[in-house]
Amino acid sequence: MPDAVKPDKNGQTMWDRVAESEEFRDLMATKKIFIIPAFVFFLVYYFLLPILVGYAPQFMSIKVWGNVNLAYLFALSQFFMAWTIAGLYVKAGDDFDRISKDIIGKALDPERAKGDK
Amino acid sequence: MSAPLIMFLIFIAITLAVTYWASKRSAGASAYFAAGRQIKSWQNGVAVAGDYMSAASFLGIAGIIAFQGYDGFMFSVGWLVAYLTVLLVIAEPLRNAGKYTMADVLAYRMKPRPVRAMAALSTLTVSTFYMIAQMVGAGALVALLLKGSGIGYNQAVIGVGLLMIVYVVFGGMLATTWVQIIKAILLMAGTFLLSILVMSHFHFSFGEFFGAIGHVTYHDKGQEVVKDFLQPGLRYKPPYGPLELISLGLALIFGTAGLPHILVRFYTVPDAKTARHSVVWAMALIGTFYIMTTFLGFGAATIVGRDFIGRNGGTNMSAPLLAQALAGDIFFAFICAIAFATILAVVAGLTISATTSFAHDFWTNVIHKGTERKPGEEVRVARISAFVVGGAAITIAILLGPTANVAFLVALAFAVAASANLPVIVFSIFWRRFNTTGAVAGLAVGLIASIGLILVGPSLMGLDPQTVTGAARHLFQAKPWFPLENPGILSIPLGFLGAILGTLLSHEPSSTHKFNELLVRSNTGLGAEKATTH
Repeated sequence: MPDAVKPDKNGQTMWDRVAESEEFRDLMATKKIFIIPAFVFFLVYYFLLPILVGYAPQFMSIKVWGNVNLAYLFALSQFFMAWTIAGLYVKAGDDFDRISKDIIGKALDPERAKGDK
Repeated sequence: MSAPLIMFLIFIAITLAVTYWASKRSAGASAYFAAGRQIKSWQNGVAVAGDYMSAASFLGIAGIIAFQGYDGFMFSVGWLVAYLTVLLVIAEPLRNAGKYTMADVLAYRMKPRPVRAMAALSTLTVSTFYMIAQMVGAGALVALLLKGSGIGYNQAVIGVGLLMIVYVVFGGMLATTWVQIIKAILLMAGTFLLSILVMSHFHFSFGEFFGAIGHVTYHDKGQEVVKDFLQPGLRYKPPYGPLELISLGLALIFGTAGLPHILVRFYTVPDAKTARHSVVWAMALIGTFYIMTTFLGFGAATIVGRDFIGRNGGTNMSAPLLAQALAGDIFFAFICAIAFATILAVVAGLTISATTSFAHDFWTNVIHKGTERKPGEEVRVARISAFVVGGAAITIAILLGPTANVAFLVALAFAVAASANLPVIVFSIFWRRFNTTGAVAGLAVGLIASIGLILVGPSLMGLDPQTVTGAARHLFQAKPWFPLENPGILSIPLGFLGAILGTLLSHEPSSTHKFNELLVRSNTGLGAEKATTH
């Protein structure tokens, strides 16, 4: 990347041009659509556990199956919640990789980018 | 020679052979600090698990569950779920934009010297505090596990310290990685076997197992008590228990993604995709392990019992004693050897992250403004600093002695990682306006707030009766000013606030101009460090 940081005649570097390209905006949008809801969901789901256990211990002690109570089942469910989000993220990540590869290809070969338009 | 000692020696022999093999492949900075970025995703995932699951989780959590039931299992949950922050927010941008340390990412668009100096200070604080906690624990534990073999606390501390120095100095990141992989596989195998044995004790009936957990009998101050160990509240009691739980959760969720020895692992893989997959591998292992703490902890509570564990070494011996009760002395020795392997893999990871930060951030980039004066200087400085860090950890651990209260050092490490490191990493990747003053302020406020709140918290401040003496006494004899052992609930917002105020109160157009570079780099991997051939 010989001209990566040297500004062109509009004062833009290669990084600025990529950052403003449609593909890059597409990448960021694709990421945000998954990551923000997933992150918020996991924070809420996780912090419900200490909050409920701390402030509603009676409720969490309700027995569901034999001696197994709500507190244990909710704690156990956190593991599956984490694994599920991780699995979905890996699936979504394939899209990130595909778009990123495209962006890198065009950034390193400006001729190809022009030909596309 | 006792059976545990023989198993320890076998483990040491294997890891030294690995170190010898790795030493021939560790020439050059990228090979030494990042294993040539050639580690495969499953290998890195297993190594992350090995780097992360310390003796505190293997022996500590099993012990807390054995003594305080359900509340101990809450630790297990947080320890896994925290990896979602690593996966969703940190791992890929870090791999894409950095070289060897977290400061690489911060230094892109800021004035490198002040930012790197602060980041190195924070990294060294987290790593050394965590390491001292591990060393004191290791010394006490190894002395207990090898009782009767003539190896005491001091010899155990020196032995663990020397081994971690040898791994890091001669084998670099490659040897550290393989020590962590071997340890993780041993830990998973041992825990799995132990879980199966617990269930076979209960005739593979979950109903019988959970039924037994419902009435655990032990003696408290001479009185026989029967408790339902699935009931919350045996450890975290009002008035501050619930807040303590939330504060602990915050420190885990935001701290894990700021632990330097975890972060450096993502530089050992070829690209962001591999980094992502390795986190998922790590989560599969870590999650399975922590679910199995159900069997270890509750198994020890029901089969061995609090009374017996209390008389035979205390909470940390719960898992080894359970192994002894279920399958005799050889299995006890095997579980002891796993505990030993666990400690070594973690301290080796801490040592390499501390030395990398010192050599790369502080020596090369702060003192010598980013240029190596001679080729290979950075690696040489790292090797020398491994001796210094290791020597300091050994000395401090011996001075503190086996009875020192060091649990607060682990809480401190997580608090600093969550309050100083994480806000600054997140803002530099996501906030265009963020600048040098903000980064330095965020790191400084997070660091000072964490240390300060622990100093005036119940770990170090408290009124002891005259009967309590020596290392068990609180450092400051006064009512604690801050009621929680985990400062996260206050120190994390303070760290974020410091970073925000520092940014808004200063003006630095260059960091804003260069944001596009970091944004593109961290999200696409354009211009990322490539893997090298051995």
